[in-house]
Amino acid sequence: MTDGVNQARVSRRTALKGLGIGAAMAAAPGFVRYAQAQSSAPIRLGAPFHRTGIGASYGRWYEQVATACVNLINSEGGINGRPIELIVEDDGTDPQRGTEVIEKFAAEHKVDVVFGHLFSHVVAATAPRAGELKIPYLVCSEGHQTAAGAFNRYTFQPGITDVKAQVISMAPWISQNLGRKVTIIFPDYAFGHDHRDYFSQAIEAQGGEVSALIPIPPTETSFTRYFPQIPSDTEVIYHVMVGPGVLTFVKELGEHLGSRRPELFGFIDSIEAVDLASPQLEFLEGTYFWEGHPRYAQPGQSEFDRFYRATVGVDENGASVDDPRDVSTYAHMFSVWETLFVIKQAMEMADYQGPEQKAAFIEALESIESWPESREHPQGEKIFNAAMHQCFGHQYISRVEGGRLNVVHTTAIEDGLYEQEGPDYREMPL
Amino acid sequence: MRRHASLDFGPFLFLATLEGLVQAAVLTLTALGLSLVFGVMRVVNVAHGEFFMLGAVLAWWVSSLVAGSPALGFLLALVASPLVVGAIALASERLILRRLNYHPESTIVATIGLLYIIQQTTLILYGPDARSVEAPFYFRVEFPDFGYSGYKLVVIAASALLLLGTWFVMRRTRLGLVMRATQYDSETAQAFGIPVGRVYAQVFALGAMLAAVAAVLVVPIQQAHYLMGLDPLLLSFIVVIIGGLGSLGGTVLAAVLIGLSDGILSVFFSPTLAKIVSTLLVALVLVFRPEGLFGKRAR
Repeated sequence: MTDGVNQARVSRRTALKGLGIGAAMAAAPGFVRYAQAQSSAPIRLGAPFHRTGIGASYGRWYEQVATACVNLINSEGGINGRPIELIVEDDGTDPQRGTEVIEKFAAEHKVDVVFGHLFSHVVAATAPRAGELKIPYLVCSEGHQTAAGAFNRYTFQPGITDVKAQVISMAPWISQNLGRKVTIIFPDYAFGHDHRDYFSQAIEAQGGEVSALIPIPPTETSFTRYFPQIPSDTEVIYHVMVGPGVLTFVKELGEHLGSRRPELFGFIDSIEAVDLASPQLEFLEGTYFWEGHPRYAQPGQSEFDRFYRATVGVDENGASVDDPRDVSTYAHMFSVWETLFVIKQAMEMADYQGPEQKAAFIEALESIESWPESREHPQGEKIFNAAMHQCFGHQYISRVEGGRLNVVHTTAIEDGLYEQEGPDYREMPL
Repeated sequence: MRRHASLDFGPFLFLATLEGLVQAAVLTLTALGLSLVFGVMRVVNVAHGEFFMLGAVLAWWVSSLVAGSPALGFLLALVASPLVVGAIALASERLILRRLNYHPESTIVATIGLLYIIQQTTLILYGPDARSVEAPFYFRVEFPDFGYSGYKLVVIAASALLLLGTWFVMRRTRLGLVMRATQYDSETAQAFGIPVGRVYAQVFALGAMLAAVAAVLVVPIQQAHYLMGLDPLLLSFIVVIIGGLGSLGGTVLAAVLIGLSDGILSVFFSPTLAKIVSTLLVALVLVFRPEGLFGKRAR
């Protein structure tokens, strides 16, 4: 009993000490600011990344960017005074596992938002399920399906421009500078079909023509057999390839073409996460690539790009600061960073405290119209079409010069805008 | 036929044939391993493709240890990788197959398990990325209408040499004699004092090593990836079924046939059609000549 009495008698000195310690802890970095939130329970973000399967090189970098960005946001006070908890699940770059993973996020992890899916066939399978589960699902893909109105109120693509806008904005430059007769080599699934359909339309609108379409399965490992289909009167080979075989793809393209090649315009996807200094890639010198975000730091690099590179651990050549041969998926992974800041912004607008405010979060996101180039949006300014749930930004055309990519043309955002094709997502029920 | 304005028929066929020969070369070695194991041991090794994958992954590992000349790293891989794969195969034969008494159905299930163990262990240790192994040398052969990798031509030659070597072992050495005797009639072989158990272990290791050596040859033109074992497994099955399970000559002929037709059909039409044709061929062979084109009817 004596102990109990002693405990009850709290001296003035002890109380002050306790208050002091509490205040000190509240002032310590990374702790204090949550103290003001109604609840300091974390905001749980589900990240289905392609850790394995054909999208693995993207998945690894998406995860690295997400981790760095979440650490940054948390060190600056989190969202609405609450820390972010990142929950990563591997979907194997597999559509079926994509849907299983989102069910796991909803039922088991009870996350607030899911973000970060890339490969379009996985998105195509997962987005409808996200709508059924009524879980906000922000993709970092480039597929046109979201903008086309194929999905639902819960699916957004606020961090990266879709393929249709990308190719529309670049087709005039390609036809004026490289040529008008184009052969398109593309991966034979949804993402590649977007390239096939919208680039064909765009180049024809410029008075050009498509001389051949060459589909290649994304799991292919040997490519020489496809190249004889390239017609000899082709002026430009437009290539976009994904999957583990991309390095083989470009090597064999070089072997086949040799020095008498037509102009080459590739999507960086064909050499994403591949070191340009790899043997047998010398033939790419003087060819052109689309980049979503320039891999090599350009002259006049913005302070935002510099900060972003340093935070995610990428050097000025787009490779890991730990290993210069470990090249990042730089042209795509900014979308993870920007999407996380979009989530933060919309949650702050809605004063989001928990899943019961899902609707308010979505309405807040739909009320956003644009983002300036900033630390939160290092790739550049963007406008957001809320009816289409799709953002539109600048695209970069780079030339391989001396083994690095130098930006030679930046498209205007307006170059990529197009008429809305599908329903207005905002009119769909929540 | 698709439009192919870039090449005339002659060069086009030539390119297709080259592609077919490369495919046939690698396939012959891989399928020979599968066929050998079936012929002698009468077991179907579903993990065969994973031994192929292991060969490629180990080649990456070995060649990345050797700094400097890519040729040195590659040559080392060509020796070391099949040896390591052979040792792993030997261990799995001793630890798993022998304990199942080579029961046909049980070994199928067991090797399916082995497939996943090897594949997932590789995923854990090596990671999900595709990594390239530099070719020991690189030169581009400039034909009048198109360029071709000189290394690919060397793959064809090297496979032919290895094939000759295997033929020599099977026909001209004591080891080969013992293997053939076991294949012909294992009970009688045992009665004549042949250590059938040891022969089985050697054959299983040799089969895996053939797949591994094929993979080392192909990895500079394909990259090493933990999922790369599936295609060679399916194609090897196709070849072995068409050629006749256990018939080595039939396997070689069927591999060249399938490799060439796959290469040519892929170039002229589409790779998907090539797969359809070879699978259809398997179905036809199974219906009309279940023992395979060159197999002997079961005694």
